[in-house]
Amino acid sequence: MRSSAGGSGMSSTVEALRRWPVLRWQSVIKPLVFTAAIIPFLFLLQALFSGSLGPNPIDELTDQTGTLAIRMLLISLALTPLRGLLKNTWPVKLRRMMGLFAFFYAFVHVSIYLLLDQQLDPAAIWEDLAERPYIMAGTVAFVILIPLAMTSTRGMVRRLGRRWASLHRGVYLAGAAVVVHYVWLAKGDLIEPFVYLAILMVLLGYRFVRLLR
Amino acid sequence: MRDWMKMAGIRSSEITDEKLFRQRRQLLQASAAAGVTGLIAMPAMAEGKALNQPIVKSSFSTDEELSTKETVTTYNNFYELGTDKGDPVRYADRLQTEPWSVTIDGECAKPGVYTLEDVLKPHAIEERIYRMRCVEAWSMVIPWNGFSLADLIKRVEPNSRAKYVAFETVVQDDLPGVKRNVLEWPYREGLRMDEALHPLTMLAMGIYGEELPNQNGAPLRLVVPWKYGYKSIKSIVRISFVEEQPVTSWNMSAPQEYGFYSNVNPERSHPRWSQARERRLSGDTGGLSALFASKSDTLYMNGYAEQVAELYQGMDLQKFH
Repeated sequence: MRSSAGGSGMSSTVEALRRWPVLRWQSVIKPLVFTAAIIPFLFLLQALFSGSLGPNPIDELTDQTGTLAIRMLLISLALTPLRGLLKNTWPVKLRRMMGLFAFFYAFVHVSIYLLLDQQLDPAAIWEDLAERPYIMAGTVAFVILIPLAMTSTRGMVRRLGRRWASLHRGVYLAGAAVVVHYVWLAKGDLIEPFVYLAILMVLLGYRFVRLLR
Repeated sequence: MRDWMKMAGIRSSEITDEKLFRQRRQLLQASAAAGVTGLIAMPAMAEGKALNQPIVKSSFSTDEELSTKETVTTYNNFYELGTDKGDPVRYADRLQTEPWSVTIDGECAKPGVYTLEDVLKPHAIEERIYRMRCVEAWSMVIPWNGFSLADLIKRVEPNSRAKYVAFETVVQDDLPGVKRNVLEWPYREGLRMDEALHPLTMLAMGIYGEELPNQNGAPLRLVVPWKYGYKSIKSIVRISFVEEQPVTSWNMSAPQEYGFYSNVNPERSHPRWSQARERRLSGDTGGLSALFASKSDTLYMNGYAEQVAELYQGMDLQKFH
């Protein structure tokens, strides 16, 4: 709202200052979260080009991007419960972005697996899919995320209407599949995958309890 | 799993060897790329102490390209020091290796507590370049320094009831990995007597002509090149001659996944990942070319089948895996 003082420079500054606290919170949080979510990727690139990924860079990149994808997915799943907890809508405004970050890291993870780890060898990839349950679980999770990422635009939300919401409930299944993927591939130290499993159960449990009420 | 945040602070150590110049240069490039030199912490890995005795070259050695010392000493599985590949070098200083003694007991004529010096003294030190195949589907080529385990076994005169040899790793309560029960400590391994006496089986006290770094299992470790790496137990404090097959750590942790024998076998997949191929970790660490290195086929018995096949004649190695 423009002040009655109209063009006066002084009073419009006062007006802007009065609006500032509201403006700051609303406009800064999204770029801030975006920056926080992209930083690990920049670190990975830096580590890659400075040669500090260690003697087995393919495994290192695969592990790192996989862990990041799971973390982003869990964060995106935590935003709806957070809205209820904080009685504030700002968390859900970050949902699309965090979901897309989860897909981004998953895409990089899968690309590294296919291009660098398996070098696009169809026989090796097929054997992995057929014989390793953790590869199948990871594949299920990624395949579910593809249509979700593709229908994340405002236009698609509008066009799909109710079907959009049912489609995007697929993220619960993707979350379960990706945590199973991690539990099944871990050797010896299961702490990290089990922490993710516990977080996922809390996040899905919250929705289940709400559904029952 | 290494955290991305840790990674920025990690940089492989400075090692003085024939590749010193190249590595220094890489390091400088790394610093430049990192922008902030202060971010690049040098892990505490002192320059290795050269072994001060003559080293005999062994005819068992492979002529394959050696993995760099940096690779061999910065990418390790030594769960007492942590489960991340970089943890053993990071926490290497925490392992106390002086004084060191090895308890030798069980079915033998000369049991006792032997100091490290007692153990090593009578043996001529060889250099043996072996392939090392990890169950995680990567491999290295490592120049070990040490001697045949058989030579030590003969000294302590096992009796006819000694059918197996059991080994234990040191447990020091303040090691970061020991505080968590990822495995049940002490780490335990074992060999059948004929495997232990096989000429390929060695006790190592050095690599690259230098004393074994802590992260590689100082001061004394086993090397059994035809078996998955976890059989080659590190930092040995106990060697026991026993009548029954001893329990082994990974078998205790997941019996359906890790058998007692653990011979490298591309035909027998680990239930959760393939053992058909492996990634050789060899050349310069950190080079972008490492991203495009292809895997190679894993060889039966890690390529030592000719020497060791007779140990397993008539055995079903799918069952006794």
